[in-house]
Amino acid sequence: MAIKKIVRIKVNGREQETEVEPRLLLVHFIRDVLGLTGTHVGCDTSNCGVCTVLLDGHPVKSCTVFAVQADGHGIRTIEGVAQDGQLHPLQEGFREEHGLQCGFCTPGMILSAYALLEKNPHPSEEQIRWGISGNLCRCTGYQNIVKAVQYAAARIDRESQEHDSNKDQTLVSNAG
Amino acid sequence: MIPPAFDYSRPQTLSEAVALLQQYGDTAKILSGGQSLIPMMKMRLARPEYLIDINQIADLRYIKEDNGYLKIGGLTREADLESSELIRSKYPIILDTASVIADPQVRNLATVGGNLAHGDPANDHPATMLALEAEVIAVGPHGARSIPVKEFFLGVFTTALEHGEILTEVRLPVPGERSGGAYFKLERKVGDFATVGVATQVTLDGEGVCRRAVVGLTNVGATPLKAGSAEEFLRGKALDEENIKRAADLAAEAAEPSSDLRGPADYKLAMIRELTKRALTRAGERAGSS
Ligand SMILES: Cc1cc2nc3c(=O)[nH]c(=O)nc-3n(C[C@H](O)[C@H](O)[C@H](O)COP(=O)(O)OP(=O)(O)OC[C@H]3O[C@@H](n4cnc5c(N)ncnc54)[C@H](O)[C@@H]3O)c2cc1C
Ligand code: FES
Ligand code: FES
Repeated sequence: MAIKKIVRIKVNGREQETEVEPRLLLVHFIRDVLGLTGTHVGCDTSNCGVCTVLLDGHPVKSCTVFAVQADGHGIRTIEGVAQDGQLHPLQEGFREEHGLQCGFCTPGMILSAYALLEKNPHPSEEQIRWGISGNLCRCTGYQNIVKAVQYAAARIDRESQEHDSNKDQTLVSNAG
Repeated sequence: MIPPAFDYSRPQTLSEAVALLQQYGDTAKILSGGQSLIPMMKMRLARPEYLIDINQIADLRYIKEDNGYLKIGGLTREADLESSELIRSKYPIILDTASVIADPQVRNLATVGGNLAHGDPANDHPATMLALEAEVIAVGPHGARSIPVKEFFLGVFTTALEHGEILTEVRLPVPGERSGGAYFKLERKVGDFATVGVATQVTLDGEGVCRRAVVGLTNVGATPLKAGSAEEFLRGKALDEENIKRAADLAAEAAEPSSDLRGPADYKLAMIRELTKRALTRAGERAGSS
C-alpha cells in the first residue's frame, strides 16, 4: 500500500487540503473527492480533452496529471468560470451561438478558450481553431464553437472599452 | 483507468533526485511532464513502484544561448519553446517541431527532456536534435556527462541514459551564417504521432552550394534515423531541384518503415521522399535569408 500524501490545492480560489493516494488522478480528485462533476471524463486516454482544467492558468488534461502533482498549485474548473452568479462571456457565447449540442465537450472547450483569450484577446479564426485543437467535439462540427469564442472575444472587448470610458468620465468629473 | 499504486516524492534539488534514483534502483522512474508515462501506467505498460517528480527542481527550465551553444533545460515545456522569441527568430526548425507535437494541453506539460529520454521513435524532437547535431547532458551519481544525440537512441524506448541518470539539458552548437533548418511532419490529425517526419539542417556557401546537410527521420525505424547517404550526396552540391530530388530518394532508402494503421510501408517511403524535398527546400530558403 502506497504512502498517502497531504495535498493543498487551490480550486476555483478556495484552498482544499486532503490526504490522497499518489495514484489518484487529478480528474478523480476533482470529481470524486470535491464533487465538482462539471469536469468530464471521456476517452481516459489523453486524447479527447473533455477533462481539461486550468493548472496555474494553463489548460491541461486532468486525466493525465496526478493530484499530488498539483500540490501547491491552483486549479480552475468550469465551476469557477462564472463570477458572482454572472455567466462568463464565453458561457454566454456558447448559449447565444449554439456552441453546444450534447454539452459533453463544453466544459473543456470553455477552459481551453478561456486560456486562449487570456493570452490573446483578439484571436483570428485560425488561432481559435488552433487553441481548441486539443478538444474534440462529436456533435457541433466546431463551427458554432468558433463563433461562440468570437462572440466572447468581442463581448470582453466591448466591456473593457465601456469600463475604460467610464473611467475616463470619472477622471473628467474628478478633474471638474 | 487507475494506474498501479506507487510511492511519490518531490525532490527540490537535482542531487536529491539522483540520490533517490540510487536508493530505489530499477523500481523508480522520473516523472516530468507525465504525458507519456502516465498514459503508459494507466495501460499497465509501465509499473514503477516509485515516482520521483522532478518538476519542483529549479533551474532545469530555460532556453538560452551561452558559450556558442543553444541550451535547453530538460524541464522546458513544448509551450515554452512555442512562445520563445529566441526560438522563433533564430531556430525555426525547433518551432516547427514543438508546434506539431501533440496538442495545446499536452504541450503545456510535456518536456523536451522527457521527449528525448522516453526513446519513442514516434516522438518528434529526436530527428530534429539529430539534424541539429545536438548533445544531451546526463547527470548521475558520478557527475555529468555529455552524449551526442546520434549515439543516444539505442532502440524502441531504449536510450544511452544509465539507470540513475537524469537528462538535464540538450544543447546544440549555434549554427553559423547561411545555415537553416526545417521540420516537416505528416500527421492524420492534430495530436497524432507522425506517420513520418523529416528534419533537415543545411549550411550553404556564398554561391548557394551545400557545405553541410544533416537529415533526420521520424517514425520509420526502431530509433530516429540519420540519412547519411543523402547527407554525403548533398555535400558540395547546389541545393537545386534535381539534387534535392536525388537526396530525397536517398533519404527514403535509409528509412525502414513498417505497415501499420498510419499506412502501408510504400506510402510512408513516398511520404519520406516528399517531406525530404519540402524540408530541404525550406531549409535552403531559411539558410539563404539568415
Ligand atoms: C495525446 C498525446 C499525443 C502526443 N503526441 C506527440 C507527438 O505528436 N509527438 C511527440 O513527440 N510526442 C507526442 N506525445 C508525447 C509527449 O510529447 C510526451 O510528453 C513526451 O514524449 C514525454 O515527455 P514528458 O515530459 O511528458 O515525460 P514523462 O511522461 O514524464 O516521462 C517519459 C519517460 O521519460 C523518463 N524521463 C522523463 N524526463 C526525464 C529526464 N529529464 N531524465 C531522465 N528520464 C526522464 C520518464 O521516467 C519516463 O520513462 C504525445 C502525448 C500525448 C498524451
Ligand atoms: S478524458 Fe482526459 S483527454 Fe479524454
Ligand atoms: S456538443 Fe456534444 S461533444 Fe461537443
